[in-house]
Amino acid sequence: MRLINRRPDRASRLMLVILPFALLLFAYFMGSATRLTENPNDKLLPSAVQMTDAVKRMALVPDQRTGEYLLWADTASSLQRLAIGLGISALLGLCLGIASGVLPLFGAPLSPLLTVLSMVPPLAILPILFIVFGLGELSKVMLIVIGITPVLARDLEQRAREIPVELLIKAQTLGASTWTLILRVVLPQLLPRLLIAVRLVLGSAWLFLIAAEAIASTDGLGYRIFLVRRYLAMDVILPYVVWITLLAWLMDWSLKALTRKAFPWYEGARS
Amino acid sequence: MSFISVNNVWQLYDDQVVLEGLNLSVAEGEFCTLVGASGCGKSTFLRLLLGQEVPSRGSILLDGHPLASEPDASRGVVFQRYSVFPHLSVLDNVALGLELPRSAILGRLFGKAKREAREQASVLLHKVGLGHALNKYPTQLSGGMQQRLAIAQALIMKPRVLLLDEPFGALDPGIRKDMHGLLLELWQETRLTVFMVTHDLSEGFNLGTRLLVFDKIRHDPHAPGAYGARITYDIPLNTGRRAARVDASALQTA
Repeated sequence: MRLINRRPDRASRLMLVILPFALLLFAYFMGSATRLTENPNDKLLPSAVQMTDAVKRMALVPDQRTGEYLLWADTASSLQRLAIGLGISALLGLCLGIASGVLPLFGAPLSPLLTVLSMVPPLAILPILFIVFGLGELSKVMLIVIGITPVLARDLEQRAREIPVELLIKAQTLGASTWTLILRVVLPQLLPRLLIAVRLVLGSAWLFLIAAEAIASTDGLGYRIFLVRRYLAMDVILPYVVWITLLAWLMDWSLKALTRKAFPWYEGARS
Repeated sequence: MSFISVNNVWQLYDDQVVLEGLNLSVAEGEFCTLVGASGCGKSTFLRLLLGQEVPSRGSILLDGHPLASEPDASRGVVFQRYSVFPHLSVLDNVALGLELPRSAILGRLFGKAKREAREQASVLLHKVGLGHALNKYPTQLSGGMQQRLAIAQALIMKPRVLLLDEPFGALDPGIRKDMHGLLLELWQETRLTVFMVTHDLSEGFNLGTRLLVFDKIRHDPHAPGAYGARITYDIPLNTGRRAARVDASALQTA
């Protein structure tokens, strides 16, 4: 049978899902074990025991200096920055996207501006943010906002333009004004698209967050990773990276679940 | 005085003439079917009546007044596709037309007003045969059911003019026949003036009280866009049906 026609059944699909993860873990721990037998003080590939110890130290023992549980404190401040940044960007992106996608008079000046702005590398203007907004929370949140708002706005502008013109005309024949048309026809149709767009920019948002925390911060997941790098503490860095990945994946998954739950009409309308 | 009068209307895109010198006068309650080859301006004419486009020259009067130059609640429309809102249930698709004009800020009604709007919508939906599907989303309906919904949605506004742009073009022949029955029934009940674009000649002859044929009478092979289409035939049809309707409405008003 041709390869293109061969499909895994349930059991073998599960196997195939697990397989690459298992291979990765196996390769890592093989390498780790080999290096540690040669040199027990090797720090590059820590063993599972070493990493578990480090996680216990970070998560379950209060820090001697501050009395905080570092992993949880770092997670809380990072997630707070991320949530504020994503929230502001989503709101701004939605407003800009609708304005330039639905109203030609707003689209004429906004659309080229957004295209140019989205080409500015956000990390290149990070120094400017630090100069203008100081080294506090604001500049970190602003980096996320500046980094992902143009992307969200451009995507939603495109989606707004894809709404069939027939629907906009129909709404007008049903007595809609520009405002109520946006409120009752455009906005509800764009909300699921917004959630999908946010999922797609989650990776960039984390990137900007960790970059900002690495450069100027006193807590946060990115701060911690860059701090312990000085001691080559791979036993902390690796679990932190896994933890960040898990958080990002959970956010992605819950946004997907929310889309399905809140907009049951959306899946059918796409086909 | 005629209900709709079209006076020497031209429609040009750049230097391409689509419609030229259109003159037409339509009485209230007429069922006009518009037929002709593709690309000869039937749908353009419908868009002019809808207010989606403004004629390049000439004027269209509705009841003696110039037609509003954007779509509004006086003219209902059903397109071949994308006529219903995918994010609203069947019931809310129709109730929307009652909510939008009454709530300028939120575009929605609450409490008792909302219940009444939904009740009114439900009555109309039962009439077009969608009583069993009130809480479904449009994508869960068949093509014919979606067009029934689109018609109900247009009729809830009680428009004076109903514009149909190949509304049954994508439907199976059997379902199309059911839809013809429904449309005629609704037309006979209301005092609607209908304009319907169709590709299907027999549909045009069966439904209309007046058949308008669009065609280009002049051709310049070196400049295909130089001449536009006119109404070449204007045929009164089914006069018995129209007369019956006039009698019925006279009885109602008496």
